[in-house]
Amino acid sequence: MTRAKRMHALAAVTAVSVVVTLSACASDDSASGSTSGSGNEKVELTLATFNQFGYDDLITEYQKLHPNITIKHKKAATSNEARDNLNTRLAAGSGLSDIEAIEVDWLPELMQYSSKFNDLGSAEVKDRWLDWKAAAATDQKGRLIGYGTDSGPEAICYRSDLFKKAGLPTDREKVAALLGDSWDSYFAAGKKFKAASKVPWFDSIGATYQGMVNQVETTYENKGDNAVIATTNPEVRRLYDTVVKAGIDDGLSAHLQQWSDDWVASFQKDGFATMLCPGWMLGVIEGNAKGVKGWDVANTFPGGGGNWGGSYLTVPTQSKHPKEAEALAAWLTAPEQQIKAFKAVGAFPSQQAALTSPELASVKNPFFADAPTGTIFAERAKAVTVTPYKGPKYFPVNDAMQQALTRVEDKSMTPEKSWERFVADVKALG
Amino acid sequence: MTATTARPTEGRTVPAGERSAFRKALSRWDARVSPYLYVSPFFVLFAIVGLFPLLYTAYVSVHEWNLIGGKGEFVGLENFTTVLQQEYFWRALRNTLSIFLLSSVPQVVFALLIAAALDTGLRARTFWRMGVLLPYVIAPVAVALIFNDLFGDRYGLLNEVLGWVGLGPFRWHVDVLPSHLAIATMVNFRWTGYNALIFLAAMQAIPRDYYEAALIDGAGRVRTFLSITVPLLRNTILFVVITSTIGGLQIFDEPRMFDQYGLGGADRQWQTLTIYLWNVGWGQHNFGRAAAVAWLLFLVIVLIGLLNFALTRRISSTGGKR
Repeated sequence: MTRAKRMHALAAVTAVSVVVTLSACASDDSASGSTSGSGNEKVELTLATFNQFGYDDLITEYQKLHPNITIKHKKAATSNEARDNLNTRLAAGSGLSDIEAIEVDWLPELMQYSSKFNDLGSAEVKDRWLDWKAAAATDQKGRLIGYGTDSGPEAICYRSDLFKKAGLPTDREKVAALLGDSWDSYFAAGKKFKAASKVPWFDSIGATYQGMVNQVETTYENKGDNAVIATTNPEVRRLYDTVVKAGIDDGLSAHLQQWSDDWVASFQKDGFATMLCPGWMLGVIEGNAKGVKGWDVANTFPGGGGNWGGSYLTVPTQSKHPKEAEALAAWLTAPEQQIKAFKAVGAFPSQQAALTSPELASVKNPFFADAPTGTIFAERAKAVTVTPYKGPKYFPVNDAMQQALTRVEDKSMTPEKSWERFVADVKALG
Repeated sequence: MTATTARPTEGRTVPAGERSAFRKALSRWDARVSPYLYVSPFFVLFAIVGLFPLLYTAYVSVHEWNLIGGKGEFVGLENFTTVLQQEYFWRALRNTLSIFLLSSVPQVVFALLIAAALDTGLRARTFWRMGVLLPYVIAPVAVALIFNDLFGDRYGLLNEVLGWVGLGPFRWHVDVLPSHLAIATMVNFRWTGYNALIFLAAMQAIPRDYYEAALIDGAGRVRTFLSITVPLLRNTILFVVITSTIGGLQIFDEPRMFDQYGLGGADRQWQTLTIYLWNVGWGQHNFGRAAAVAWLLFLVIVLIGLLNFALTRRISSTGGKR
């Protein structure tokens, strides 16, 4: 190395170190600024959600409380779209928002890459959520990667007018007693209804199966090594047989696949008399059944409590403002804010304190004959005792199962043939 | 190149003979190389956005590759052999070909007929010509939404109407052929008008003398269409057939929007190769296998494209060899 070259190298090293020190100072500043909350540095945070989180008013409120923070809210139309977007940008290593909302269904596959998300655990948010809600977002090292937003405790929605025509009780307490708290009693009530009415009892065996499988701890994968046991687990087969017997052999199902055009149209045509409904489903029913009178909610759920859906807010490690993002996520998922979101769009809170809040208890739903939905779903949330284990293959295996049930329902295959295809499908996931 | 051209003109005095010899060489070079330079932007772009992804996909296809986890071990051709053993791959291939045939063939035939109709002296010609392009302007997803409503198994309008004349009800979302027909209908709705306009443009380039001569010879409408129009449109038909082959084999939007899950049916009744690819890559996060499917799809398209080329060339011998 000549002298001149050495000088150049030295200059370069100095320059680099200066830049490093400068940038270190800068990042220190922003970090200390945000924790005190009084920093003047302008920070723009991006927040990506999907469907309806009910955050529009809350964002305005937060910006008023923290004048230095501007929030850019990106909304995807569907959760699938959000999932594709998240996966692609996670793979690319850039382009994610500071806060990314994720849905409980695709949480398991992301848990494999939990190191790509910041650990959000802190004393402030400890015990904020229902146990099962926080447990699902905690990885094996005990890092909490997502703050729970809403949850989907399930009740039974029913058509009181159809119940009346069939000579069954219509009052929601009596209906709850009639439906009972086991699947057997729910199906037995269905047979009684069927004897007096031409209308099917529930919408589809796929949706009913979903309610059942979410009550079993070990279904498709072993907890320890994530080995796929879906095809050999007697419990899965038992649920499959039970739901096929009730829906097909006993004729309780309307054979309408959820979210299909026929399913949506059936709300206007007495398509079915009952369905499993998580809190967020109320909005869906109300939208589809516009002008139909008689929908009501019974405070019971077969086989104990059950949860369907719900989301989390995460902060990917890609975020340039992790501290500020964490603070915003913590604020948005605080009980007070979640209750506001519930009132705005029906996203039912997953926070402990929210469930006992008198404000929540007073919420009623006029479309469902003024049912006290706040109280009903708070009780339904407390009834959830089992956290089903969902590993990385949960999503595709459950998809294969739903298709197996659809094949039985549209009569393109016998239950036995369809099960065999399910076994082959799961194997192909390899 | 600039360096070599700059040197002789600068400073050093050059004998006149040498200079003109260099000029000559330069202009020879100019004539020989420049055309390639002029067309190079396309090829440079193609190399970046076409060739590179193609080769990179090949690289991905011989590795274990997770969407998020990234590259894994080198596995050779294992991804290809696994894909070829999957029943769903073959079913997807069958569906793709069936939907392709059900859409492309009627599409080209109807487009030709519509173009022939538009080529006659209609009143308000521009209105009709714009009208046939209208479906093309509508987003495919919107088309799918509307057609899905029509093709509802139970409460759909189409089954209701067919019921009046004692047909059906068809299970559009359950049985293989009805589902393919429904999807092909959406595709045809969208593309027939577009192709008709291409044909129309070509038809208007046909000298009217031919028709007059044929008329004097006593040929009817059908005869002139078959003996003059079609043979003279040979090259255009070739173009339309090849582009609609490529498009038809990559069909994605319509089948994906055909039901709420977007996977091509519970028994993969209408899952096409692109949906299969998408599902393997984004649903199962298995990029290695998805890349293998992509390459297989590429080969299928090349194969069928060549087949089509050979077939369409035979349309008529009067078109003259080129």
